[in-house]
Amino acid sequence: MFKISPTAIEPAVLHAALADGRAGACVTFEGWVRNRNEGQPVQSLEYEAYVPLAEAEGERILAEARDKFALVGCAAVHRVGHLQLGELAIWVGVTAEHRGAAFEACRYIIDEAKARLPIWKKEHYASGATAWINCATRGEHSQKVR
Amino acid sequence: MITVQIEYFAILREQRGLKEETLVTGAATPDALYEELRAKHGFTLPGDRVRAAVSGRFVAGSVELRDGDRVVFIPPVAGG
Repeated sequence: MFKISPTAIEPAVLHAALADGRAGACVTFEGWVRNRNEGQPVQSLEYEAYVPLAEAEGERILAEARDKFALVGCAAVHRVGHLQLGELAIWVGVTAEHRGAAFEACRYIIDEAKARLPIWKKEHYASGATAWINCATRGEHSQKVR
Repeated sequence: MITVQIEYFAILREQRGLKEETLVTGAATPDALYEELRAKHGFTLPGDRVRAAVSGRFVAGSVELRDGDRVVFIPPVAGG
């Protein structure tokens, strides 16, 4: 299950939905809104998604994880909207019989999600300036692409 | 000429000042359409940093556009 959520992510609900008697390991990842990026104080973040394609691509990533690793279950939710510091931007949860597959699959899902989902992040700085991350062009800051 | 629906997100939505529009164009491919729009609206991202999606799927920028296509240009992503 991969979803884009316009409302706060609820880890307890997502975690409970993964419960399965076959699972001996559960690894979760939470991406939080932090207060600095590349030396600039950040006040808040806006996330925007092309929802139908983001959800379809997210489901593809989860299917790849199930193919590559011996999983019992997996799910992920990415938030959109205007988020404040400390809020949850993405949640990934993976269950498996053993921890190795769970750790590896969780890492795979978050890495692929960051690289592939049509989701964009706008940082609002303490100075009042804003910037779409990874979209700077010559003459602007934040040239670095991760 | 064909008629396409274009949907804008993030930096492109802000630079265009619109979420979507219907356009009659002579552009045969997403790459050509992006260059047409970039020239008209001053988009800062060069074409090689933008991907295209047609009818909800990622496509190569060189595919042939058809009448009625729904086109989305994908700026560099930054999820997570």
